[in-house]
Amino acid sequence: MRTVMYALVPGIIIYVLLFGWGILVNILLASLSALVFELVMLVVRKRPIRRYLFDGSALVTAILLSLALPPMLPWWIPVTGSFFAIVVAKHLYGGLGYNVFNPAMASYAILLVSFPRELSLWSVPLELLAQPLNFIEILTYSFFNTLPELLTFDAITAATALDHLRTEISLGTNIEEIRRAPVFGFVAGTGMEWVNAVFLLGGVWLIYKKIITWHIPVAMLASIAAISGVCFMINAEIYASPILHLLSGASILGAFFIATDPVTASTTPLGRLIYGCAIGLLTFSIRAWGGYPDGVAFAVLLIGLTVPLLDHYTAPKVYGARTRHGDG
Amino acid sequence: MKKLWRFRGGVKLPGFKTLSNSASIRQSLIPGVVTIPLRQHIGETAEPVVKVGDHVYKGQLIATSGNFISAPVHASTSGSVIAIDKHTVPHKSGIAEVCVVIETDGADQWHPDIEPCTHPNNLSADELRTRIREAGIVGLGGAVFPSAAKLKPTRPIDTLVINGVECEPYITCDDVLMRSRPEDIIRGILLLRRLVDPAECIIAVEDNKPEAIKALNDAIKKLKIAGVGSVNTIHVVAIPTVYPAGSEKQLIKVLTGKEVPQQGLPYEVGIVCLNVGTTAATYDAIYDGKPLVSRLVSITGPQIKHPANYNVLLGTPVAHLLEDAGVRHVDDTKLIMGGPMMGHDLPHAQVPVVKATNCILAEKAAPLENIASMPCIRCGACATACPIGLLPQQLYWHSRGKDFDKLEHYNLPDCIECGCCAVVCPSHIPLVHYFRYAKTEKAAHELKLKLADQARLRTQEREARLERVKKEQEERKARRKAARLKKKAATANQHNADGAESAAKVST
Repeated sequence: MRTVMYALVPGIIIYVLLFGWGILVNILLASLSALVFELVMLVVRKRPIRRYLFDGSALVTAILLSLALPPMLPWWIPVTGSFFAIVVAKHLYGGLGYNVFNPAMASYAILLVSFPRELSLWSVPLELLAQPLNFIEILTYSFFNTLPELLTFDAITAATALDHLRTEISLGTNIEEIRRAPVFGFVAGTGMEWVNAVFLLGGVWLIYKKIITWHIPVAMLASIAAISGVCFMINAEIYASPILHLLSGASILGAFFIATDPVTASTTPLGRLIYGCAIGLLTFSIRAWGGYPDGVAFAVLLIGLTVPLLDHYTAPKVYGARTRHGDG
Repeated sequence: MKKLWRFRGGVKLPGFKTLSNSASIRQSLIPGVVTIPLRQHIGETAEPVVKVGDHVYKGQLIATSGNFISAPVHASTSGSVIAIDKHTVPHKSGIAEVCVVIETDGADQWHPDIEPCTHPNNLSADELRTRIREAGIVGLGGAVFPSAAKLKPTRPIDTLVINGVECEPYITCDDVLMRSRPEDIIRGILLLRRLVDPAECIIAVEDNKPEAIKALNDAIKKLKIAGVGSVNTIHVVAIPTVYPAGSEKQLIKVLTGKEVPQQGLPYEVGIVCLNVGTTAATYDAIYDGKPLVSRLVSITGPQIKHPANYNVLLGTPVAHLLEDAGVRHVDDTKLIMGGPMMGHDLPHAQVPVVKATNCILAEKAAPLENIASMPCIRCGACATACPIGLLPQQLYWHSRGKDFDKLEHYNLPDCIECGCCAVVCPSHIPLVHYFRYAKTEKAAHELKLKLADQARLRTQEREARLERVKKEQEERKARRKAARLKKKAATANQHNADGAESAAKVST
């Protein structure tokens, strides 16, 4: 768990440098509240506190949830998110190792359908801002919902690249034109493309450290690249390029840090490939043809439901046996 | 260079081999009393052929069995039998078994009938097999399967594999044996070759034992120069050091690429596999006529002052060996028979050394909080490490739930209990302990079912018997009643007849 946090740190630093202190405020609020909820649930469930509270699992959940949320939010959203993640998705299902759904993603999905307005307003990259907010001003906004004078909320937030793409395509705008909007950088969202690239490095480091295996990230990213590549080749006017899909939204974060959550992912090598592939396909489908700009969270939750079946049919061949587990 | 295969899974472990393999072999002193269990092998317990009070010589037969899967037992030193009763034996169940207890006389005198065989090559295959069987030789790698039973394969054998892998940490008795008696091992193999007639013989040694490999190769060269042509079919093969490469199934995979069928034996794929210790014991039995009465035991571990390999008489109490080797901090020492991975805890130090004892490991007893484990997070590291291809995380759930059908479905019987899963578990769950426990629970459960079945049959039989008895009684009653009635009727008729007669008399 600790290694997973270390792998996230460089990405978070870049995030703060490019988008300001907002994300850090979220992480602090979510982490603190997650630890409090974890403590309360451990006490209620009469579990050894010292052993479980600092096992790192609650913190990782809180950080992943925060990274899924927009950086500028009222304080109660990350706190409510932690509540759903830790209390509902984790402990009500039996605690660490027993949860059916990925806690961070389950909680994010609940927040997304409950508070769609708050969750769709993302911070504008600092380079596009005339007057960036400092740490205190962000805290003031978070707790008292007030901004410095002469600054409106609309001036500091905008839709994400994927969201913008989606809205404009539905209006019939050509992708070439859409790409000229300031929220787009070299290949994907301004700023976000760098954050994602650094998360990618962190993810590769996790594979190198053998904390995760290569199967799920490779399968998921490859399937996103494949299906978006095919669509891009068929009609480049309404389908964005594979590279934009890979470096936008939660593709990278999802592939390396979220879909690889061992508790909810498949455990066999072949199962992991199928699992990653299915998440990639579903993510693209939701982005391209579904009701939300990004689909990683829903894809992870839905494909997670197939894991028992996947594990059953993809068990390795036992030494000396003629068939696989599932066939017998 | 021979082509080698890889078995799936496995782990790299620190060896700790230099603790015990650098010292020379020591002869353990004769203890005052040896306790020799009558079952030191897989199969039927041998029946004692000596009585309390008998004098026995070293190497004298003290128990035997007519069963094919069994092995005779011999006195390991001279002395007198003082008891034949149950003692705790070093078995993972901590069970007590019948033992012959011999008070030693210190003379260590061999039985006068034991003499070297001058022309072992003139012995027929059957004679060889009989001598191996009568010498009480069993697999000395730890499984203690009667060797003679392995040496009568029912189908042609391609490869005779001699296992000198010794993959468990700490244990070095095979390593030291290969270094000190390479020529005897090769001569032993030449004898075994005649029994199974393989196309080739492979001595497999892990590449972390270069001295042993060199010693064996030198011995082969020497015999070749001496004109023993048949050594040409014997090859020493260095295999990569990955635990558990010494496990029979994994070794066969590495050397031949073949897999022994589930619940099957190696001969089914044309292979016979024996340990180097067994091979040396075969040499002793045929060339010197000496039965298996002693073996090399590694006494090692962080708690031992003078770790080394000891030549130990079977039946010697472990405590006696520890006195020789010296133990630090007796109070917090945990004694293990075998290695740290597959060995089992000894209940106390009074248990005797048996044919299966390859190592006595003295570790520091771990404080309880260090072994507290976290919940399973299904990371699958255990499944990656499992050399059999099992899913330990699934077996873990079902072991906890004692769901025997599911355990069968997930192939629990195929688990070789190597412990790789427990070593790699990031939550420090003692997985292999759960599986061992589940296996014994399953056996107990099946026994209970069997007993319940027997009880049900007995009850049914009893009911049927009672029914039958009742029926018979009734029939008898009815018969008696009928007989009575008949008699009555007969007497009545008689009376009537008499009456009629008298009436007739009267009327006349």
